Amino acid sequence: MSISIQSIHKTFGNYTALDDISLEVADGSLTALLGPSGSGKTTLLRIVAGLESADPGSGRILFHGKDVSDVPAGRRGVGFVFQHYALFKHMTLAQNIAFGLDVMPRAQRPKRTEIRQRVAELLHLVRLDGLDKRRPHELSGGQRQRVALARALAIRPRVLLLDEPFGALDAQVRKELRRWLRQFHDEIGLTTLFVTHDQEEALELADQVVVMRNARIEQTGTPQDIYDEPRTSFVYEFLGEVNRLPDGRYIRPHEIELRFAAEEGVDVTGRVSHLFVAGPFARVSVVPEHGRRGELEVWASRDQVEEMALASGDIIGLHFPSAEKRT
Amino acid sequence: MQSHPATTESAPARWLLTSLALLTLSLFLLLPLLAVFVEAFRRGADVFFAALHAPAALSAVRLTLLAAAIAVPLNTLFGVAAAWAITKHRFRGRSLLVSLIDLPFAVSPVIAGLVWVLLFGAKGWFGPWLAAHDLRIIFELPGIILATVFVTFPFVARELIPLMEAQGSDQELAAVTLGANGWQIFRRVTLPNIKWGLLYGVLLCNARAMGEFGAVSVVSGHIRGKTNTLPLHIEVLYNEYQFSAAFACATLLALLALVTLGLKSAIEHVTHQRAASHK
Repeated sequence: MSISIQSIHKTFGNYTALDDISLEVADGSLTALLGPSGSGKTTLLRIVAGLESADPGSGRILFHGKDVSDVPAGRRGVGFVFQHYALFKHMTLAQNIAFGLDVMPRAQRPKRTEIRQRVAELLHLVRLDGLDKRRPHELSGGQRQRVALARALAIRPRVLLLDEPFGALDAQVRKELRRWLRQFHDEIGLTTLFVTHDQEEALELADQVVVMRNARIEQTGTPQDIYDEPRTSFVYEFLGEVNRLPDGRYIRPHEIELRFAAEEGVDVTGRVSHLFVAGPFARVSVVPEHGRRGELEVWASRDQVEEMALASGDIIGLHFPSAEKRT
Repeated sequence: MQSHPATTESAPARWLLTSLALLTLSLFLLLPLLAVFVEAFRRGADVFFAALHAPAALSAVRLTLLAAAIAVPLNTLFGVAAAWAITKHRFRGRSLLVSLIDLPFAVSPVIAGLVWVLLFGAKGWFGPWLAAHDLRIIFELPGIILATVFVTFPFVARELIPLMEAQGSDQELAAVTLGANGWQIFRRVTLPNIKWGLLYGVLLCNARAMGEFGAVSVVSGHIRGKTNTLPLHIEVLYNEYQFSAAFACATLLALLALVTLGLKSAIEHVTHQRAASHK
């Protein structure tokens, strides 16, 4: 089920949340809406879900070519997962997951046995077998989010929407679930749109990344494309670590080369203010000499740092091989 | 008792403050309550039960129960509807509605009663119209019901609004995406989440409905055996120097207060337990 977002405009009083947004989401793809708070990504997701509506007269939302702009959320066939799970606290996991099926009109509602079977299938899918009688407060955050996913999938949605699904979880759990979601998506192949402010998450998970800022789309593309060829300085700075040289040039920490101060080809010399070695890599913070303000962050291999016998306070030279100009 | 040394007073100070609090409590709350029971039985158990069985007393109790039986369900319905509209939706006049709900609290009970007299009394705005249609509101049952409904208006709504505000709408929105209609969402998602707050509000609403004096006094006309609720009947007895009888009837209200407090504590206990285990 492809999603076509066409010229969506949304204001809340004087505040513009979405400024003429158009976007295509391919059938079966995993797309990330990436941006800082206030960029409009969550509002856009909710409009796609039908939980909010765009300003009257502005644009439309199409699911597989069919206009669903006026279709209420309950009938759009979307599965929505909230950042804080929104599980029904007083119901068991089984009841939570079965909810979408239980509230169906009698004519469409599956038989009790079918519902029970579907719940069991979904619990198995999210690897929570046997926990059907538990209640949400007895589970960890990661487990709750998996239940929320199972619940959303119970109604066989055509489109899966996730609003910062891992935002409320610990870093470790976040990483695990991220990997799990990717695998899961590859298995199921459901068109998925998710919102995140974590660029690492977007780059790792998505087939297509949509960078948003201030109610507009800055850039759309594969993770590789937008990382290697960012079109604006905002995108460049938002994705990954970056150093901004005083003359306006950008350079990534791993692109800067460490040299001895007196070597040839050194562009700038500076003093090492901080040195952090973790595993095979080293992060070196360098304060440039001669009037330039600000620290430069360099990522080098541990081997090189040890070879050079680098320590905090040393004077070092930096070479910028591929610094590109950005407007 | 856990106490952090940096944030509590010294032992003697604690002792003094606690004693002071207990003394005040006893003086203003326990003593009067005790006095009601003591005075009620001063002339013996016979007088006590006779007072409760008097026809005027029985009709007063009946009227009180009737007023509560109508006011409480009505205000519960209204309170739930208002809280639902206010907390789950954004609409024009929302803040106005919230302020209006508090109106009966801000207004003196006497005024609350007078308002109905001014509207529906013989010389009121609708007086002539009512007289022409042979309808009577003031000095009759309908007036008493209206006054009771008015003063107990806010209880359920005020209890539910902060509760539902704090719970947010995420669960309801989730239910929307899963295809539930409004009624299903309310019955299956919202109602179970608010049931203790609702019970609490109903409890307070009931206590006030049964105990209301000022507003009902104004609209009632004090017709013995007909338009006297229990609080009014107690006043009548007291004014006629039938002190023991008055206190005997007052014990009913005192018992109502004790039962209300007991149930209130039970509800608080349950909600604290659940909050602790759900963390």
